[in-house]
Amino acid sequence: MDDIFGIPAPLLFGQLLLGLINGAFYAMLSLGLAVIFGLLNIVNMAHGAQFMMGAFAAWMLLAWFGIGYWWALIIAPIIVGITGIILEKLFISKLYKLDHLYGLLLTFGLALIIEGVFRNEFGSSGLPYRIPAELSGAWDLGFMFMPIYRGWVVIAALVLCLATWLIIEKTRLGAYLRAATERAELVQAFGVNVPRMVTLTYGFGVALAAVGGVLAAPIYSVNPQMGSNLIIVVFAVVVIGGMGSILGAILTGFALGVVEGLTKVFWPEASATVIFVIMAIVLVARPAGLFGRA
Amino acid sequence: MAIQRRTLLAAGTAAVAARSGFRSARAQAANTIRIGVLSDMSGPYRDTTGPGSVVLTQQAVQDFGSRGFNVEVLQADHQNKPDVGANIARQWFDQGVDVVVDLPTSSVALAVNNIAREKNKVHLNSGAATSDLTGTQCSPNTVHWTYDTYMLAKSTGAAIVKTGGDSWYFITADYAFGHALERDTGNFVRAQGGRVLGAARYPFPATTDFSAFLLQAQASRAKVLGMANASTDTVNTIKAAREFGLHRTMKLAALLMGVVDVKSLGLESGQGLLLTESFYWDLNPRTRALTERVRAKNENRPPAMVPAGCYGAVLHYLKAVAEMGVAQAKASGVDAVARMKALPCDDDAFGPGTIRADGRKLHPAFLFEVKAPAESRNPWDLYKLAATTPGEEVFRPLADGNCPLVRS
Repeated sequence: MDDIFGIPAPLLFGQLLLGLINGAFYAMLSLGLAVIFGLLNIVNMAHGAQFMMGAFAAWMLLAWFGIGYWWALIIAPIIVGITGIILEKLFISKLYKLDHLYGLLLTFGLALIIEGVFRNEFGSSGLPYRIPAELSGAWDLGFMFMPIYRGWVVIAALVLCLATWLIIEKTRLGAYLRAATERAELVQAFGVNVPRMVTLTYGFGVALAAVGGVLAAPIYSVNPQMGSNLIIVVFAVVVIGGMGSILGAILTGFALGVVEGLTKVFWPEASATVIFVIMAIVLVARPAGLFGRA
Repeated sequence: MAIQRRTLLAAGTAAVAARSGFRSARAQAANTIRIGVLSDMSGPYRDTTGPGSVVLTQQAVQDFGSRGFNVEVLQADHQNKPDVGANIARQWFDQGVDVVVDLPTSSVALAVNNIAREKNKVHLNSGAATSDLTGTQCSPNTVHWTYDTYMLAKSTGAAIVKTGGDSWYFITADYAFGHALERDTGNFVRAQGGRVLGAARYPFPATTDFSAFLLQAQASRAKVLGMANASTDTVNTIKAAREFGLHRTMKLAALLMGVVDVKSLGLESGQGLLLTESFYWDLNPRTRALTERVRAKNENRPPAMVPAGCYGAVLHYLKAVAEMGVAQAKASGVDAVARMKALPCDDDAFGPGTIRADGRKLHPAFLFEVKAPAESRNPWDLYKLAATTPGEEVFRPLADGNCPLVRS
């Protein structure tokens, strides 16, 4: 068997693939963050909590209403997106004129409250959610066992990321959005309802987090703190990619998933730190991020 | 006007009542045992300890009945932080609390252990895993009731080696608790002629995805995957192990797992797992009777192991108090614990047992196998009994713990 740096090649390929899968989650979450930051200038610290709400919404739909995974994939993001719209209307919209820090503090507070409420209602130990029958099982790739569900996560994430990028970069709606972030008054003067557009954008970003939550529900324990571990890493991803850069968030998400996966092979104890080391290096070399415009 | 006068009158009566009440309150305080449940009420261990431990402590007080003294139960959240736990315990002891109960999270337990000794109060530990509480850190004011790392390692580890699982790979939470569990289990595996082929120590608590470590475990060609972690991490590890087909080639050994974790994992993914507990609600008529008494108060769930330990420990403490008298029990925690050690234990949760000189409560450990969904008859019907190890065998021998109290 061929070794690469003392690691058997099949194991290394397996780890690359796993890194890509984890990267899919990073990409999906950082995409939502990037959209919200890019268009609203809000650092959405509640993103992890909203990811968790997506997973819980899927669980509730199944346990309380008997609605399965596929419908949950559509309904849960809509529900969570609506809660996002309510939050935006009630609180976040008051902060657009203030410094970034206020939005960060507000959404951080909201995240703590949301997690606390879920912990009180559902406890801290987590709830089970099964992999849908259509996607259970695994492919034997020779060098590793590839669960079908994880393959589906990568495909779903890729499609979602590409679609979002296309909408924002290539459609008329996306052009309005981008224009509104540059000069809101001017766009409003052309008869576009900018506040409503901004509200809907926040709802969309939140819905993206919720989709991630639904995708995560069958593979991770559905519990109130499931998003808080992830959100810190995802922030680092957004910073490395360049705040507000959609393409940057997607590419960096996948790439850092792979880097983290490889670290888990060579130096497992450092796997949580490596992303922040990269972040520090990038911030020194390119303060605006790899894909950001200074 | 009339109303005003009546209010005034009522206020005057109340003041008189309060003054005489004050005198009787002081007399009452001398005749009241105050128990503080110090636990994780809002963090990751909330569901396995916390509110359940309060309910079971109250149940112990109720089952003990009235024997000429009052018992008051307080509760607080130590947030798994040693400094917070130590502050609350200190404050409680200064305000006349006689006993602290539960104390999950080993670091908090060790901190409070010292304070209870310093103030000569009683520390009844149910929730903490570290076997140091009856080892190098043992104290004449402490009883460690429910379980510890040594007993988990011995029961689960030895059972798996016996069924042919003689080569192990560990997935370990990279902090004191995980290292202790890995070390203790590894020792048993080697003592039985088995081998430890490697370990992946992952950053805690920053890890959600365990698949990379599972792949390494698989590549090691070990027969057993030892999970030296707890709660959500264990659940996520097992879920991923199922997904990646590890359970077909490796035996999964969850070294610290309880009913709440199994419930959260679901029987579909959990079936066939071996785990060790010293209490299970459906073990015998007595545990079932206790479960029936508390179920309604306990969010309609049967008690988990750690709350059951609070029940056993508090009930036994109250029996000791009744024997020695409230005044002496309040005056000296060392005396109260000494009386607990002299008195044979017997309660509905753990049955008959004894407390050793180092503070270790001895009772059997049960090795359970998690049922398949088809075998489960009700939502909490999760285990079948695979083996029972007597307390004298499953806990660390008295001489091996290096407890200063037993050195002659």
